[in-house]
Amino acid sequence: MAALDPHAAVVAGASGAAPDVTAAPLTTADGRPLARALARSQARARRRAFLLVLPLLAFVIITFVIPIGQMLHRSMYNDGFAAHMPQVSAWFHENPPGTQPDETAFAALAADLKTAADDRTIGIVGTRINYDVPGTRSLFTSTGRKAKSGFQPPYQAALVEADPKWGDPQLWRAMRNASTAYTSNFYLAALDRTRDDQGKVVMAPERQQVYVMLFKRTLLLSLLITFTTFLLGFPIAHLLATLPARKSNLLMILVLLPFWTSLLVRTTAWMVLLQQQGVINDILVWLGIIDSNGRLQMIYNQMGTIIAMTHILLPFMILPLYSVMRTINPSYVRAARSLGATSWTAFRRVYFPLTLPGLGAGALLVFILAVGYYITPALVGGSTGQLISNMIAMHMTETLNWSMAAALAAILLGAVLVLYWIYDRLVGIDNLKLG
Amino acid sequence: MIRPLILLTLLAAPALAQTAPDQAVPAQTVPAQTAPARTAATDAAPGDAPVVQVLSWGGDFSAAQAATMARSFTAARAVEVRFADSDDPAGVVKTQVEAGNVTTDVASVGQGAAMRLCDEGDVLPIDPATLAPGADGQPAAQDFWPGTLSDCFVPTDIYATVIAYRTGAGAPPQTAADFFDLERFPGRRGLGRTPQFTLELALLADGVPPTEVYQVLATPEGVERAFARLDTIKDQTIWWEAGAQPIQLLADGEVTMAHAYNGRVFKAAQVDKLPLAILWDGQINEIEGWVIPKGAPRADLARDFVAHSTSPQELARFAAELPYGPPRLSAQALVDGFAAAGKPAMAPHLPTVPDNMKNALTVDPVFWAEHETQLRERFAAWLAAE
Repeated sequence: MAALDPHAAVVAGASGAAPDVTAAPLTTADGRPLARALARSQARARRRAFLLVLPLLAFVIITFVIPIGQMLHRSMYNDGFAAHMPQVSAWFHENPPGTQPDETAFAALAADLKTAADDRTIGIVGTRINYDVPGTRSLFTSTGRKAKSGFQPPYQAALVEADPKWGDPQLWRAMRNASTAYTSNFYLAALDRTRDDQGKVVMAPERQQVYVMLFKRTLLLSLLITFTTFLLGFPIAHLLATLPARKSNLLMILVLLPFWTSLLVRTTAWMVLLQQQGVINDILVWLGIIDSNGRLQMIYNQMGTIIAMTHILLPFMILPLYSVMRTINPSYVRAARSLGATSWTAFRRVYFPLTLPGLGAGALLVFILAVGYYITPALVGGSTGQLISNMIAMHMTETLNWSMAAALAAILLGAVLVLYWIYDRLVGIDNLKLG
Repeated sequence: MIRPLILLTLLAAPALAQTAPDQAVPAQTVPAQTAPARTAATDAAPGDAPVVQVLSWGGDFSAAQAATMARSFTAARAVEVRFADSDDPAGVVKTQVEAGNVTTDVASVGQGAAMRLCDEGDVLPIDPATLAPGADGQPAAQDFWPGTLSDCFVPTDIYATVIAYRTGAGAPPQTAADFFDLERFPGRRGLGRTPQFTLELALLADGVPPTEVYQVLATPEGVERAFARLDTIKDQTIWWEAGAQPIQLLADGEVTMAHAYNGRVFKAAQVDKLPLAILWDGQINEIEGWVIPKGAPRADLARDFVAHSTSPQELARFAAELPYGPPRLSAQALVDGFAAAGKPAMAPHLPTVPDNMKNALTVDPVFWAEHETQLRERFAAWLAAE
């Protein structure tokens, strides 16, 4: 009713005799039906409200939805071969899988190689096929250089003479796979799977399997870190919420101070503290608790990752918990105690359930941040410090295989959305309190 | 309505919270300092003062480029040279070209990245005839190190990944094989968490001559051989991520030997006086140089800058500043001529002097372009296996 325009909506007959509700519909002062006038004025208010959020909406769409959409598209679309090798791609479409490449196919290939070499797109083509058959990139670039001067028919003999690899059925299978721009191959590779000779999906060679293991490790580590931040953050948040204002303000500054410090500085600080020649080991040796030869290995392993990431993500757990705990009326717990509950029962049955919205928000924030962290684990995690985000970063910046990076990112996004959905089922997103 | 908003907030949170370290940030500029430069800058309208936008690696590297080749270019041509930093210039170039929004005129990239960018048409061809001849009058194409100059890539420096060790703790290691000898040289080792250079080092230590390393590594048996060698020190290895880490690990005594970049070791040993030394046996060197992105806004000026900055004199001037070898044969002898008073003579510290080149491997970008994905996956699987 807040949107009701007081000037337009003077109810007719309100000042006169008692209106007959069941008879004629209510109208405004100028005789329009009240329902319609109301709807119109509300629509206007809604439009105005929409205009207010329009900049934000546009911002989110331009900076967030479109790039993510493009990235997802890239994970199943790679026209590196199809776009630059049109003739041989057409040959693949005309002939069913399993057809032996004939002279027409080689002629198309030779013509495409020449065009691609002239257009300087041969590297793109070679890179695309190299994803499927490692070691073939230079086959394309070197044959491309020869193709510039032109091959003479018969093309099959000419190409195989230029490099015998052109007769390799595996290469032709890879080219067929790449001849359509839309492909599921990147998703298969991201799940440690590949296609065999018959085009069936099979597991990749065992020594090459890495992504599924990294997905599992990333999710498990994130869950573990969420749990440790909860263990450490819950009592602190409770203290913050219950201490007198002066003390709790000081404590709050202590919580926020590391939050304002650079991520890398905090990570490096942990290295200085935890390494074998570091502060903690030195103190332990000085106190005589451990022998200098028995210095503890606390970093460059999984333990280092957990310690450093728990510390970095702790504020994300404490702040939502604190904001919820502050609003919990202390008389609830007192009432429970006065009715005979032990302090544990009062906590378990009364206080803890009331903190759930904050806990849920904190856990979700910490978990989702942990899934995407890679700098900290890479720096302090030793041989276990490689998580799935590191592989995504590697494909983005080093192997430049953006389709693969996109496929890995899409799977990670999907996994997080599934967890979010489960969370919604169990806890309910509407109960979430972010601050 | 609230649900999608919460979801969006959560999804955006990582992006907001984790600052990407590899974003290009504008860094120092070389102000037009000399008199002719000033005149030119004041003559032109404020918006179109001639400028070359260079994308480089930042830190001491960009600073040395700014202090040598960029300053002299500004002095000679009255063109301001602006630097931007990235720890992945090739990625930035590719992104800019693909997005059709190129702001970089010249970028410093590794040879491998340059080859890829060149093959994929992301950078412009550079005619070797436009480059300055050698100090001995040889044409540029003959003066550059064999196999380094390519269609779109002009080398500027050669750096090496070397074995660095702590001095003063027993006999110094003599060969790359000593890196894997935990009995004679006890202590932990530092290696980059990447198959690149690590696999090569393992094979060099295993006795494979530098000329055959990549042939061996191209076979499955060769890969297994390298990993078998690494297995012998796996539980004594700390894997580093960034180039500053091995130096820190060595300085703290966390490791006694580490794979590190020669420039960093040089600085730590000569400037910061840390007890570190370089074992040149088994050095793995890589070449860096200029590319001009396709669609560079000032491509003509960029070509002038590339030609100017890769003359033997300029390359030697740069090498006198940082211990990165000049990639021209005739520049080698010029380096000490540029040594500033009070600074150590640079020549013995360059990866390119004959004494340091005895058992040296030059990285093969073609090999890595073809096998990188496969070897990185294998390496990650190997690391994860206990």
